[in-house]
Amino acid sequence: MENYRYYLKRYIDTQDESALYQAEQLSKLYIQNKISPEEIINKHIQALKDLFPHLPKEIDLSMNFLLETMISYGLAYQEHQSMRKQQLSLRSEMELAANMQQTLLLTETPNIKGLDIGAVSVPAKQLNGDYYHFSTDKNGRFGVAIADVIGKGMPAALAMSMIKYSVDSFSDHHPKPSSLLEKLNRVVENNVEPGMFITMLYGLYNPITEKFMYATAGHEPGFFYDATKNEFTEIEGRGLVLGVSDDTTYQEYELALQDGDIIFLLTDGVTECRIGDRFIERQEVLEVIKHYMHLPAQTLVEKVYKHFERLQEFQLRDDFTLIMIRKQV
Amino acid sequence: MNLDIKTTEIGASHYIVSLFGEIDAYTAPQLKDTLLSLIEKQGQLIEVDLQQVNYMDSTGLGVFISALKSTKENGGEVRLIHLQERVRRLFTITGLDSVITIDSTVRGGN
Repeated sequence: MENYRYYLKRYIDTQDESALYQAEQLSKLYIQNKISPEEIINKHIQALKDLFPHLPKEIDLSMNFLLETMISYGLAYQEHQSMRKQQLSLRSEMELAANMQQTLLLTETPNIKGLDIGAVSVPAKQLNGDYYHFSTDKNGRFGVAIADVIGKGMPAALAMSMIKYSVDSFSDHHPKPSSLLEKLNRVVENNVEPGMFITMLYGLYNPITEKFMYATAGHEPGFFYDATKNEFTEIEGRGLVLGVSDDTTYQEYELALQDGDIIFLLTDGVTECRIGDRFIERQEVLEVIKHYMHLPAQTLVEKVYKHFERLQEFQLRDDFTLIMIRKQV
Repeated sequence: MNLDIKTTEIGASHYIVSLFGEIDAYTAPQLKDTLLSLIEKQGQLIEVDLQQVNYMDSTGLGVFISALKSTKENGGEVRLIHLQERVRRLFTITGLDSVITIDSTVRGGN
């Protein structure tokens, strides 16, 4: 207080630059000691009154006016700061959640004799609503799950963890795909809010019979490439999405794989992507896939992803997941 | 994108909800409120006319699932009519056409 009055007086008397420099030093001190702007104004008023006891009444009143203004300003500013703080902490929580989700959902592409496997899954925002998982058992069977949680952001991410743990615990015993979906459907139905649902395909490849058994819960149909005929068809299969009705049953389907045959599994982020006002047609997705057919599985799926990312000017509107399983000698 | 919703009472406990525009994450809450408040009145037949809807995403499907679950609790029925091909495909793929009544007349095109 004394300092402020002293330097104020010195400046008024001499207009000395060094007094201004001291003012700057003082302001740093005030910030360190968390002195608010209105307190500084108050100091100023007190100092003025001490130095010039006979100030005109108008100046005196105007100082009160300034003080009130600064008090309101200070309150609003504090609120703004605390909202900013909250926002920052929310953002870092989101980042934590996203990192944790990535760790949770991490799945390694296994080495299966006779299969060339590739997978890419990219979230449109921080959290991914798509899920895929590979598993193997001691008999060499290979399980693949691909799912799309409808509903975005945090609730979807939480539902995803539920799916992951359920699939992990069910797939230990490698049940038939249809019964895995039936069990999972009951878990989902009991645990999600009404408007939320999950589409999923679960498949199991047996390297001895060379057959791919699968069941689908309303999942976007994938493509099957028949190498002998050099022909693509839609992977057939019907079933209700998970989470609608707890007594849903699922049908089992089967594909016999010959050398060179390929199974493509995807989520609707791939086929529902829009470029401006236009939709990507499934046919276009196939054309892009065909273009890269000569490449190894992992390279192929990455190239296809890059293609659509470029088309959408690197701003995915939906999560994008593409899996490819090629039977090879 | 916008969604206009027009509700017409055409008989005792019988409404037609006509939709114009797109059903996506932004417009879905509005549709959900409309449908759920009609279903709450118990034993209502609500026909949703989708003739003028050329785009619907999965959030839209979520709305119809909510509506379906609510009719199970409150009695009543939701029927979908005049679906465009692209919208209809969504109900077919997801198997929802097996639990929600969908008018078999297909209106073409985008």
